[in-house]
Amino acid sequence: MKKELIGMYTIWLRDIKRYFRDKPRIIGSFAQPILFLFVLGTGIASSFSTFGGGGGKEFLNFMFPGIVGMTVLFTSFFSAMSIVWDREFGFLREVLVAPISRTSIVVGKLLGGSTIAMIQGSIILLFSPLLNIPITFLIFFKVLGIMFLVAMTISTMGIILASVIKSMQAFQVITNFLLMPMFFLSGALFPLNNTVEWMNVVSKINPLSYGIDAMRFAILNNSELQLYPMWLNITVLVCLIVVLSVLGSFLFNRQE
Amino acid sequence: MDNINKNNIIEVKNLVKQFKKVKAVDDITFSVKEDEIFGFLGPNGAGKTTTINIICTLLSKTSGEVILNGYDVSRERNKIRTCIGMVFQDPSLDDRLTALENLYFHGLLYNIPRKELKVRSEEVLEMVNLTNRKNSLVMTYSGGMKRRLEIARGLLHYPKILFLDEPTLGLDPQTRNKIWDYIIKLKKNKKITIFLTSHYMEETEICDRIAIIDEGKIIALDSPENLKNIIGGDIITILSEDNIKLKEYINDITGVEIHDAKEGKIRFEVKDSSSFIPKFIKNSPVKILSISARKPTLNDVFLDLTGREIREENASAKDTMRMRMRGRMRH
Repeated sequence: MKKELIGMYTIWLRDIKRYFRDKPRIIGSFAQPILFLFVLGTGIASSFSTFGGGGGKEFLNFMFPGIVGMTVLFTSFFSAMSIVWDREFGFLREVLVAPISRTSIVVGKLLGGSTIAMIQGSIILLFSPLLNIPITFLIFFKVLGIMFLVAMTISTMGIILASVIKSMQAFQVITNFLLMPMFFLSGALFPLNNTVEWMNVVSKINPLSYGIDAMRFAILNNSELQLYPMWLNITVLVCLIVVLSVLGSFLFNRQE
Repeated sequence: MDNINKNNIIEVKNLVKQFKKVKAVDDITFSVKEDEIFGFLGPNGAGKTTTINIICTLLSKTSGEVILNGYDVSRERNKIRTCIGMVFQDPSLDDRLTALENLYFHGLLYNIPRKELKVRSEEVLEMVNLTNRKNSLVMTYSGGMKRRLEIARGLLHYPKILFLDEPTLGLDPQTRNKIWDYIIKLKKNKKITIFLTSHYMEETEICDRIAIIDEGKIIALDSPENLKNIIGGDIITILSEDNIKLKEYINDITGVEIHDAKEGKIRFEVKDSSSFIPKFIKNSPVKILSISARKPTLNDVFLDLTGREIREENASAKDTMRMRMRGRMRH
């Protein structure tokens, strides 16, 4: 048992060390959220007045938790998917012949990716003063908890996909046909309750919707923007994590 | 299991690995003796890496039996993993970590006590001459240094068997020679079994025994000397004005099989070329333009057994990915 814990710790520590050494990645990870929030967000917000209507500032506030969610989504997904090449051409191959169980490797990888996603998400939270969104310690810890749940959900999905697909080409396909739609239909960029019916339906089966909804309530504390009760959001995420991680370690365990 | 020889550290019986369409390993049986250098020689795609991956628990077998150090490969994976060291064909170091950190992580995974780990790290780094670069990031290492570090890492947990899958692939000739020097040195200083694969013929001559593998089957297994004896002597290559007449003449005096070689030359084998050549030229009915004689190599053995030379196969999807990763890693 102790051996397995050390194994998990090793996988986790490696991801964290790598992250802090990869300065370009840390800096680069700011670019996309800033672009979305301050370029796309500001642009859309000001277009409201062109087409009649106000609420530009409210829109930016609405979008902010979505951008935190986006950062967590992409970071944890790519971290889990790095298994695809790490298994053939990287350190993971060395881990796979070490005397620790596949399940420990999966758990270590999930925790590593989630930790990095939480760090990245927290960095985005630093921009909150620019939008006059107050982040108290209590809010911060609530958000941290939700970031963890979202990151774990997405990481387990990533592990499942990485266990099934073997090539980098398939990886691109998944990014375009799964990750982007998931992001657009999660309520991160626009409210889902006033759109067309099919979007509403799709968003209900999108696990990220629940994460974004929880994130938005935790950051803004505005029940008007809330789609689902908090207990439902958390239950959905926790259940998904349990089911997907069992499935994920089963698939990862399966030998070719 | 009672008929397994005690001195055999690896026993493979009727091993088959069937991928969706291809039979990568086709009913092979062999054993590796304790403390020997055992080599797998064959072209790319012959099934060398597949066999190694099965033995080292990375891949499941379709059928057959594999016993390593008394443990069954399908049922006692963790026991097998503790007693093998691996150097993979593709780099498996973390290049954003230093050499020492890579060893540290390896030590954690293999549950080596921390104090002991420090001592052993220094020891293995010393062995491959990387002590003065131990705190550099692996991404700053050359290909040869990376391979040496991988060998050092593979030895850190004192395995009984060290697997080296194409240890010199992608390295320049000078570095390749150095890697072999380290391997020979290692064999001298440590009681360890080495299992290696290569498609460079000359390089496998350091092995005690070699299995020549082609299209998933072992076509010969013996010491390099005995394998070369299959050829039956020195290899003579001749360029003449009239090959047909010359062939008749050779057939008359030796009776051996004559092969057509490259550039219109012909090739055959004789026991003792130094006394054969002067007589041969003196009595030849046709004019001989050039003649050369050389000792047989393992390349000739492969050619003799399969009728073709070892050459690169077409690039698979994995090779393409491999090239891309190599490019990425150079940055």
